Amino acid sequence: MKLTLKIWRQKSPKDKGRFETYKVEASPHMSFLEMLDVLNEELISKKEEPVTFEHDCREGICGTCGLVINGQPHGPNKGTATCQLHMRFYKDGDIIVIEPYRASAFPVLKDLAVDRSAFDRIIQAGGYISVSTGAPQDGNAIPIEKDQAAKSFDAAACIGCGACVAACPNASAMLFVSAKVSHLALLPQGKVEAQRRAQAMVRQMDEEGFGMCSNVTACEVECPKEISVTNIARLNREYLSASLGSEV
Amino acid sequence: MNVKGNQSVESFHRRLGKIMWDYCGMSRNADSMKKYRKMIQELREEFYKDVFIPGSMNDYNPELEKAQRVADFFELGELMVVDALDRNESCGGHFREEYQSEEGEALRNDEDYAYVSAWEYKGWDQDPVLHKEELIFENIELKTRSYK
Ligand code: SF4
Ligand code: FES
Repeated sequence: MKLTLKIWRQKSPKDKGRFETYKVEASPHMSFLEMLDVLNEELISKKEEPVTFEHDCREGICGTCGLVINGQPHGPNKGTATCQLHMRFYKDGDIIVIEPYRASAFPVLKDLAVDRSAFDRIIQAGGYISVSTGAPQDGNAIPIEKDQAAKSFDAAACIGCGACVAACPNASAMLFVSAKVSHLALLPQGKVEAQRRAQAMVRQMDEEGFGMCSNVTACEVECPKEISVTNIARLNREYLSASLGSEV
Repeated sequence: MNVKGNQSVESFHRRLGKIMWDYCGMSRNADSMKKYRKMIQELREEFYKDVFIPGSMNDYNPELEKAQRVADFFELGELMVVDALDRNESCGGHFREEYQSEEGEALRNDEDYAYVSAWEYKGWDQDPVLHKEELIFENIELKTRSYK
């Protein structure tokens, strides 16, 4: 299949950046990133600079590959990351626009690669538990209700890709932070520090320049792991009760 | 960076990977490995003569990063062949076709190879030197595992 790509090229964080148009011949069996690999090999063979994009696992677990494809973070497929999108979803002759995430807290490093270290700093601010857990204990040593465990597990599926920020008109990181807070707060090991954690992570989130959540819920739609916005309600609960200084 | 040749880093990576997969995969034998060790060395030389790395050295340059990894893979790949050649037995993920039972099962040789191999790097064109870390079992006797 023959495709036309309009790709954002930006030499460095300071460069203004612009769209460039490329033609590429792809097979429907390729993944979206493999299609970009093909383009890059061609560019290199012409001694041109390849398009920089981030990727690692290429199986939807590392969270590095977020691209905005025709305006949608991670492309048109529901519940998948860019690396899990295949060219069979496109037709011969299609025009595909590929951009980096647009959010001031995620500055563009080069072309399609953005600096997502703001997320790392939010995790460092509180996305952990302070007890030393030692070797893994027996699975049934601490009984946890199935319902709680399942909710925590669903929240833990967040891969920190940042698509929620890219999807949000306010560039808010609430879905990400709420997933991390919920994942830990729902388990007995993480419950102890739940309120302190929520406060510290929200504080860091604000410092990084992410926007406010105004319940647009575009994040939930674009999230490759289908993290639910009910986690945001949980985060707000933890945060509020922490601010009021009362235990719930 | 200064080679300014004509072939991409990716193409070298793929060629090296194909050699490793075909001749030093899970099932390997001494004859072909001897031959392909030489091929890895030649490919490595070609890499340093003809690789093309776009971009510059002082910017964020993923191609340069990849080139550095592939440069390491040449050494690691060759070392894997050296190690696989040294171990004249079949053991775990190392299946030497010459050493198998009549039923095609892995044939270990605990008498000569009950050691961990630590290879010392001696320089660019030198063979690495083997240091053996003996495996000593005090309370159990080494046996052949059977899934039958
Ligand atoms: S909540 Fe979803 S979109 Fe946001 S970082 Fe986690 S996985 Fe990505
Ligand atoms: S490359 Fe790891 S999630 Fe896409």
